[in-house]
Amino acid sequence: MESLGNIIAYFIITLSIIVFSVMTVTTRKILRAATYLLFVLFATAGIYFQMGYEFLGAVQIAVYAGGILVLFVFAIFLTGKPGKDSEPLESQKKMVGLSAAVLSALVCGYALFSKWDMCMSLANQPLDVTINKIGTMLLSTEKFGYLLPFEAISILLLACIIGGIVIARKR
Amino acid sequence: MELTLLMYIVPSLIMFCCGVYGFVTRKNMIAILISLELMLNAVDINFVVFNRYLFPGEMEGMFFSLFAIAIAAAETALAIAIIVNVFRMAKNIDIRELTKMKF
Amino acid sequence: MDFSYSYLILVLPLVTFLFLGLMGTRLSRKAAGVVGTTMMGITAVIAYTIALDYFFGTTQGQIVDGIRQQLVAWDLTWLEFSEKLVIKVGFLLDPISAMMLMIITTVSFLVHLYSLGYMQDHHHEYEKGLQRYYAFLSLFSLSMLGLVVAPNIFQMYIFWELVGVSSYLLIGFYYTLPAAVSASKKAFIVTRFADLGFLVGILILSFYTQTFDFITLTSDPTAAIATAGGATFMGCSVTAWALTLIFMGGAGKSAMFPLHIWLPDAMEGPTPVSALIHAATMVVAGVYLIARMFPLYCLEEGTMMVITVIGAFTAFYAAAVACVQSDIKRVLAFSTISQIAFMVTSLGVARPELHDGVGYMASMFHLFTHAMFKALLFLCAGAIIHAVHSNEMSAMGGLRKYMPICNIAFAIGCLAIAGIPPFAGFFSKDEILVAAFLNSPIWGVWMMLVAGMTAFYMFRLYYKIFWWNNPDYGHHTPHDAPMTMSLPLIILSVVSILAGFVPFGEMVTYDRASHPIHMTMWVAVSSVAVAVIAILLATKLYLKENEAPTKMKNAFNGLWTAAYNRFYMDELYQFITHKIIFERVSRPLAWFDRQIVDGSLNKLASLTNAASFAVRKLQSGNVQVYVYVYLIGALLLGAITVICLI
Repeated sequence: MESLGNIIAYFIITLSIIVFSVMTVTTRKILRAATYLLFVLFATAGIYFQMGYEFLGAVQIAVYAGGILVLFVFAIFLTGKPGKDSEPLESQKKMVGLSAAVLSALVCGYALFSKWDMCMSLANQPLDVTINKIGTMLLSTEKFGYLLPFEAISILLLACIIGGIVIARKR
Repeated sequence: MELTLLMYIVPSLIMFCCGVYGFVTRKNMIAILISLELMLNAVDINFVVFNRYLFPGEMEGMFFSLFAIAIAAAETALAIAIIVNVFRMAKNIDIRELTKMKF
Repeated sequence: MDFSYSYLILVLPLVTFLFLGLMGTRLSRKAAGVVGTTMMGITAVIAYTIALDYFFGTTQGQIVDGIRQQLVAWDLTWLEFSEKLVIKVGFLLDPISAMMLMIITTVSFLVHLYSLGYMQDHHHEYEKGLQRYYAFLSLFSLSMLGLVVAPNIFQMYIFWELVGVSSYLLIGFYYTLPAAVSASKKAFIVTRFADLGFLVGILILSFYTQTFDFITLTSDPTAAIATAGGATFMGCSVTAWALTLIFMGGAGKSAMFPLHIWLPDAMEGPTPVSALIHAATMVVAGVYLIARMFPLYCLEEGTMMVITVIGAFTAFYAAAVACVQSDIKRVLAFSTISQIAFMVTSLGVARPELHDGVGYMASMFHLFTHAMFKALLFLCAGAIIHAVHSNEMSAMGGLRKYMPICNIAFAIGCLAIAGIPPFAGFFSKDEILVAAFLNSPIWGVWMMLVAGMTAFYMFRLYYKIFWWNNPDYGHHTPHDAPMTMSLPLIILSVVSILAGFVPFGEMVTYDRASHPIHMTMWVAVSSVAVAVIAILLATKLYLKENEAPTKMKNAFNGLWTAAYNRFYMDELYQFITHKIIFERVSRPLAWFDRQIVDGSLNKLASLTNAASFAVRKLQSGNVQVYVYVYLIGALLLGAITVICLI
């Protein structure tokens, strides 16, 4: 049995994920879409905390909510009138999008239900994730060590900084 | 009441489908990018949840999510740079109008 | 001094052409004219040096055992296709090429000089495009000189075509006038058609005799023909076919009867060009070609017969037409056709055994004298046209008071062409008549008749221009041309008087040995008598304005109209080309080409086009569609994986 607080937290998180996801893609104001996305990202961080991955949750809030979303807001202000409504969707386009969404839901749902036992498993083992352990593994070259991907990501980010400057600078 | 694996996977699946719907229907390029982030986020959740429920002794899922977040940040930064550049040239970020690249 | 410096004769006009052509309008008109004339003058001096050295020098082995040798000054390999098929460019010196060098450079230089005066408008401004004019004149001189010195038949063919091109360019000099444009096209197409025969002839001849070289071909013609191994085609030997086809090319350039139609129209070009190209030099290329290959022609009796008949008929036909034309340049054009036909006939009737091949010598002699006096006549005509601004006789009359120099020069030219001693034409025409009588009295009488007609129509022209009536020219009184134009007239007049005394028989003969000319008295007397009678008749009819010519015209109205319309030859060509070739042959071919050949390819193209349009929607450039398609594909794969594995 889970604690009552845990269950309440779960429902709040799940509800906000579902509601805000739907609102993100249906709202006609682009700035609101960004705001709803922020809520979804917070809820996701909530899931990470609930799972016991505090570090990941912190990264999620810092990078996504703090970095990427600010970037989105800037881009929205730079590229148009944020208060303006976008035109309503044509029903044909809506049907196309819905069909794609429903189809993917069907395929994934079928895959899940065909593994019903797995889906019903519980998280009863304790978890042991400390910052110390994460740091050691990120810089380790042993088995399950992540030095190489870590360095690769560093270079990717560097390339991305340079690329961003080159593409966006005034000519 | 137990919180099973399924109870986390289903919201993540809904989030993913919302992302798909948004990607296919939105016209604004930034809105499309936001939908993309939704899909990416849903996948991150899946990694973490599977790690926690099925392989609690290991940390691969968490690390994948970590790296995915870093890459998402990089990708968003570049994409927004491109969008700003396109806006500067075409005064427009409506995806339907920007079909010049096909030639 | 050897003859290696002779390359200058080809290089100087080429350099002038390139210089004037490339400089274009950056050069002033006057400067272009002066440069062109000066360079031509230098070329003429060099050509004279070479020719005189060839005829009178002894240091280079010009004469061995009394026979003038054929000297090859230089011979470069140009294209080497295989061991046997080698095309060379060289410089052949023998009596006829040396003679032609003198004729061409003389007339060309005088025409260059004359054009400086002629190509000016009423206000003495040089005409537009004079740079182009002089560049083309240089190109023509280069091609003509290259043609006459060619030591092999292929080089001759190349320069032959170049001559045709420069003729085309110069006839169409006034390219804004539709008449000039169509005349240039007509000249080019008709001569091209004839040159097709020439090319085929060259190919046949060189294939069977294994050589392009004139010296190899003509030094031992029997051996050359024997190389062909007696091959025949449709009952005649291949060499006869080849030579006849080559003659066809010559007939095209020299305006022989069925292919003569371009020459009268070519008079649309500037008059000095007519004098140079369409009277003195290019049109005699055909005669020169036959003379060059004369030893081969001698062996084919049938071909010689063809040449004689065509020549004799053309001479008569052109003379008959010339009697009634009213445009002075056209009279001169038909007179040119007739006189060239004299030369062709003379070659046709010439045989080595007849009086040491006198016909050959006579033909070359007449070529020489005709070039001089016909250039003179054309340049006079140019001066007259320049003065009265019309080509029509009706706009002229009584000009002897206004243009004394022109009057005398024209009279000298007419006397020369009529064959009155001691003018140049008498000597050469007399030799032609002798050759014709030696071959057969029929040709003799025939040619004498034509000679009489020549005298008649030339004096008709003379009287109509300079006597006839005294029209009122108003304030625009004609006057003699400026010195640049008059000087060539005077020079050519002097040459036309004296040229007959050149000892031609000692210099240009078929076997290159010396055969001094002997006058055949009865031929000379009778030809002069015929000429005098014709002149008297012309004097009676045209000296003073009277009604007799009109009465005669009305009496023979049908004949007169037919002759005036050149016996409807142009109409016949028009009928054949338009009604038969275009309608019956070209149109079905064009239909086949458009509907079947092009049609199938077009259908293929439109099918591809339609297919492309059908699949184009897949590549709309809309990213969302791509993503959608990608997503569906991924889902399908996912579904298949799930269904198969679980």
